[in-house]
Amino acid sequence: MSGTRAAESSASLEGAEVPVEPAESLFGRFTRSTAIVTFLALCTMIIGFSLKAPGQFDTWSNFRQLAQNVAILTVVSVGTTFVIATAGVDLSIPSGIVLGEVFAVKALGLIHVPGVGTAVDVAGTDSKATYILAALAGSLAAGLALGIVNGIAVGYMRIPPLLATLGTLGAGLGIALLVQNGVNTASNALDPISTGHLIPGVPNLITIAAVVVLMGVVLLNFSVFGRHTLAIGSNAEAARRVGINVERHLLKVYVLGGVASGFAGFLSLSYFTTTSLAGHSTDNLKAITAVALGGTSLFGGVATIIGTVIGVWIPAVLQNGFVIIGVQPYWQDVVVGFVLILTVWADQLRRRARQR
Amino acid sequence: MNETAVTDSGRDPSGVPVATGVPALAVRGLTKSYGHVRALRGASFEAYAGEVTALVGDNGAGKSTLIKCVAGVVHPDEGTIEVNGAPVQMTDPQHATQLGIETVYQDLALAPDLDAASNVFLGREVRRLAFLHNQAEMRRRTARSFQELGVGTVQDLRAPVAAFSGGQRQSVAIARAAMWAKHVIVMDEPTAALGVIQTQKVLELILKVRDRGLAVVFVSHNLPQVLEVADRIEVMRLGARVARFRVGEVSVEQLIAAISGAYTNEVQS
Repeated sequence: MSGTRAAESSASLEGAEVPVEPAESLFGRFTRSTAIVTFLALCTMIIGFSLKAPGQFDTWSNFRQLAQNVAILTVVSVGTTFVIATAGVDLSIPSGIVLGEVFAVKALGLIHVPGVGTAVDVAGTDSKATYILAALAGSLAAGLALGIVNGIAVGYMRIPPLLATLGTLGAGLGIALLVQNGVNTASNALDPISTGHLIPGVPNLITIAAVVVLMGVVLLNFSVFGRHTLAIGSNAEAARRVGINVERHLLKVYVLGGVASGFAGFLSLSYFTTTSLAGHSTDNLKAITAVALGGTSLFGGVATIIGTVIGVWIPAVLQNGFVIIGVQPYWQDVVVGFVLILTVWADQLRRRARQR
Repeated sequence: MNETAVTDSGRDPSGVPVATGVPALAVRGLTKSYGHVRALRGASFEAYAGEVTALVGDNGAGKSTLIKCVAGVVHPDEGTIEVNGAPVQMTDPQHATQLGIETVYQDLALAPDLDAASNVFLGREVRRLAFLHNQAEMRRRTARSFQELGVGTVQDLRAPVAAFSGGQRQSVAIARAAMWAKHVIVMDEPTAALGVIQTQKVLELILKVRDRGLAVVFVSHNLPQVLEVADRIEVMRLGARVARFRVGEVSVEQLIAAISGAYTNEVQS
């Protein structure tokens, strides 16, 4: 250790009063986070597209459509933010979504409706709250089961998350195909969820995604659960020594991720009115991209839900904007790919800088 | 330095300096084997409230194993551990914490991405509505405690501790232990990785913690430092105590003699 460094730190050690600061506002916290960079990037994109295509891009209906398109990805990305905050990863998101769809349909199939057959085949206008709740229960149970398997594998069996969830990704999709005999099932029973407007003018999917985001913010930033999640991601041994049951907490985090996927499956069935056995295969990568873009560290310990929401929006805005201004939308993949690399690089530089 | 010790020192018939009164922490006849390796062979140790008791010995003398037994991390094969005279059966680290024993580990065991208050209260968060943490209250208490202990090191209670210097981090770890310890603080090589001035600050902090009336157990290889900060010194060799000294009655040479086995004032039972 060099003399100058010791002298410097001793200067800061001398007699400094420890101020009891006033509470920091959410805005203040946000400006200190890494999410601010990606937020500015998103703002730049929105302003750019608005200038380039006035009256087309910058319309309420376009943003509403965008918000609805990203709602399902938002839900799984909030869940997976917690997983990544523990320095883990969940590749099994697609199987969670598909199993959520499949078991929602199976739950509907258990309800007999005179004259129609089962609740799977009822028209959207004839659907009842009990049908919807049954489907929801099926989706959440599927997600819960997947999350428990992931959590036991990662938390208790100490299998690296990448491989544990790669295993359940394949196994889950296989189970979904077996249960469905490889054929999708269409159902309009959940139409009230996707076509309804609990808040006038705002499609329900947007409202639901917003509620999930809000719950995620509270859970990550203000709850003991979130604090322990970050502590485990930061230094699992430190968490263990202060008495946090790390294994059980990891199980809970992966269950949270699984349930979020299952719930996304419920929303997906409602939105697309059919199971989509092959339709979500890259949702895991999209979610991880969103989380990383938002400033959550893939090395754990640092996470932001608002950042994740921004990370979900960046690819969506790019895609939508490129289509509107007549640029090949495939450029979106190229841009997002490089921005992702830059974001993670910035995170690593930040980490190296403070470990002088 | 010795004036602040609340216990009087006396001498037992064999001439060994011992403190009188009930020790805050007493370890008696501890044995622990790992396979064929006998890490502890009837080790004893005492620490008194308001005193810094240094535990010294060469590598492999059994210091770490003894500390781990006291911290509840390792379960001894035989022997007893007493806290304020009451025998205790340590089941796990949390149990040690409940008994009022805090351990500052060599590698700090802080979560680098969390701020000081979050680290201080990690696993013991002040809650509201059962599931939320009360960060404002935790930050207030941390600031107050840091002020009392003279840990003016941490100006930014919101910065992650990864941004701190080694000395500041160590101060956070010791302050955390001091906030929670009711009887005993065990510190394993707390200055091993620090520079000269930072070490001095940490030693001052240790004395402040002692003056709060806690029993401080200080494990170190640095004998001049031990003589500077400790009130009593206990020497381990080959898994057992071989000597006890009161600071002021012992030189570095004598300590080295005890550590290397050339000197003992312990009556072997």
